[in-house]
Amino acid sequence: MISATADPDDTAQPIVTADGVPLKVSLARAQRRGKLKAIGLVVPLFLFILITFFVPIMDMLFRSVENQLVGEVMSRTIPLLHEWDERSGELPDEATFAALAEDFKAAAKQKSSGKVGRRLNYEKPGFSGLFRKTARKIKSAEPPYQQALITIDKKWGDIEIWQVMKRESTPYTLSYYLAAMDMGYDDAGEVVRNDDKSRIYLKLFWRTIWMSLLITSLCLILAYPIAYLLSVLPTAKSNLLIILVLLPFWTSLLVRTTAWIALLQQEGVINDIVVWLGFVADDNRLAMIHNRTGTIVAMVHILLPFMVLPLFSVMKTIPPSYMRAAKSLGATPFTAFVRIYMPNTVAGVGAGSILVFILSIGYYITPALVGGQSGTLISNFIAFHMSSSLNWGLAAALGSILLSVVLILYFLYDKIVGIDNMKLG
Amino acid sequence: MALPAYTTPLEKLWHYTYLVICGLIFFFLIAPIVVVIPLSFNAVPFFTFTEEMLTFDPAGYSLKWYHEFFGSLNWQGAVKNSFFIAVFATLISTTLGTIAALGLSRDDMPHKSVIMGILISPMIVPVIISAAGMYFFYTKIGLSSTHIGVILAHAALGTPFVVITVTATLVGFDYSLVRAAATLGASPTTAFFKIIVPLILPGVISGALFAFITSFDEVVVVLFVGSYEQRTIPWQMFSGIREQISPTILAVATLLVIVSILLLSSVEMLRRRGERLRGIAPH
Repeated sequence: MISATADPDDTAQPIVTADGVPLKVSLARAQRRGKLKAIGLVVPLFLFILITFFVPIMDMLFRSVENQLVGEVMSRTIPLLHEWDERSGELPDEATFAALAEDFKAAAKQKSSGKVGRRLNYEKPGFSGLFRKTARKIKSAEPPYQQALITIDKKWGDIEIWQVMKRESTPYTLSYYLAAMDMGYDDAGEVVRNDDKSRIYLKLFWRTIWMSLLITSLCLILAYPIAYLLSVLPTAKSNLLIILVLLPFWTSLLVRTTAWIALLQQEGVINDIVVWLGFVADDNRLAMIHNRTGTIVAMVHILLPFMVLPLFSVMKTIPPSYMRAAKSLGATPFTAFVRIYMPNTVAGVGAGSILVFILSIGYYITPALVGGQSGTLISNFIAFHMSSSLNWGLAAALGSILLSVVLILYFLYDKIVGIDNMKLG
Repeated sequence: MALPAYTTPLEKLWHYTYLVICGLIFFFLIAPIVVVIPLSFNAVPFFTFTEEMLTFDPAGYSLKWYHEFFGSLNWQGAVKNSFFIAVFATLISTTLGTIAALGLSRDDMPHKSVIMGILISPMIVPVIISAAGMYFFYTKIGLSSTHIGVILAHAALGTPFVVITVTATLVGFDYSLVRAAATLGASPTTAFFKIIVPLILPGVISGALFAFITSFDEVVVVLFVGSYEQRTIPWQMFSGIREQISPTILAVATLLVIVSILLLSSVEMLRRRGERLRGIAPH
């Protein structure tokens, strides 16, 4: 190949800049400086997001496996328990009981035995009471401690109590994740699924997923016609109509949820209208709120703009001549629409659907206010364990499962649409 | 959407059916927001239209709930907190977000899409997870139940919007303008404020408005990171809906609809101005 410009390496004298530096070196330096400048501009925000957002989330996710508490408070008992064979069918020896009594006495000063009791109570109900009772009475306990502790509470004579304590004494645990997937340990220490009655979370995950799918499909069905209308109307008219889509988008979430409460409740506007029209008897008003219907209706309304906008921006770019060409070749309007127009909108459908699905799978406020019992989603249970039951490990485990689903979808969104192509408004 | 002359009657029928369907969907979108406004003037504490209201009897209407809103210390504190927190969160996220967007849109930025993905994640991660994480971490470092804590949290949630809008404005930005300024003797700082800032300002302002509404409308993080002292309007509405539902909430909702109309018109104006400007400028 003949090159028009001479290769600098071949010439006896390399090309140099005005101040005598070889051009190659100077260029590399300039490029490096440019790169550093670009990085320098991004660093402040990157650090800010890292500290205010990333670290907190990592810190919370760590709580889903962290389990130092039992080992720390019961520091004398746990090493002895690890030498005990839990399958032997015998209680631990007197030394272990003595260590336990000492741990309880030491913990009484810091009042930390209650925390351990609560922690172990997640694994087996009864621990909380057992630990409270023991902490109260341990001061008067005299050797032999095995006898003394069993006198305080006969549960200390139950091997299962000791088995659970030994199992949950490791610094890291998977039991929160097992609980989040409706699993637990049986008497023999094997992982088993919970019985039907106490399976909550898998059902909840499925409910969250199918409700999100339903909401996404309803949004798609409602958004497609109006996005199409907006894309074919002349700009002046479509600019006016798109306000009707953008106003809900900009209106406070709580305003829209409040509006749906006013509309859907028993004494609300819609019920009044159907009663007045005579479709429903006054004493038989429709229950449309504090159940699944309320959540779905309100969430479709809230998320609809997120579907319309990406669809609209894709449909705007489809030349109308495609449809005319199909028709001129003999296609009926229906065939032309299905075979020509719809395949061209796939990118918009994908972008909108993933966006709406991601948003609805993690929704909290609307289900909390209009969802009642049957309309709550996984987020509501995370909030419940955060602020009411205080089982933070389980909240973190449920949260990290939800987060991984969202991140997979986010990754897909990036592959299909590209994050750089995300547009607002 | 005029119909061509060769349209068959069946197609005409379908066309009008389609327009009616679209009308109904637009009605579904806008009606719930509109219906809140008359309901907030209700004279009695109901969430529905009374007979007096439907017959346009003046006795059916009152400004009672607005008086209650403006007279209540709870709500006054909430309004003050909402603006205080939103303004500072917007300042932080707009400054950091704009600077980062300038870096991200340079051609020599390495690993652009990965970094963009990380910077945008606060928008994607379910807010309950962010709120839970912030609750633990901010408690640990003593920022929970402080205004600073809530401001920092809201700033983090608002930055993705600034990054997205400003990067979009910088697409097709003509960097030779900056070089031209430099050849005319402008220092990089002068060139930044005299050339870059005026050109990207519409994008920065609409990003700032997005960041503002994100903070102004946010409730989950405030519920977890804040306390009564940091109560914002959404915080107050959320607890109001949960505890005792009174039409005061509808009055607040009406005022918030007005705020959102103002914000929406500003963003639309900026967007159209930006489109006009870029339509003229050669790429």
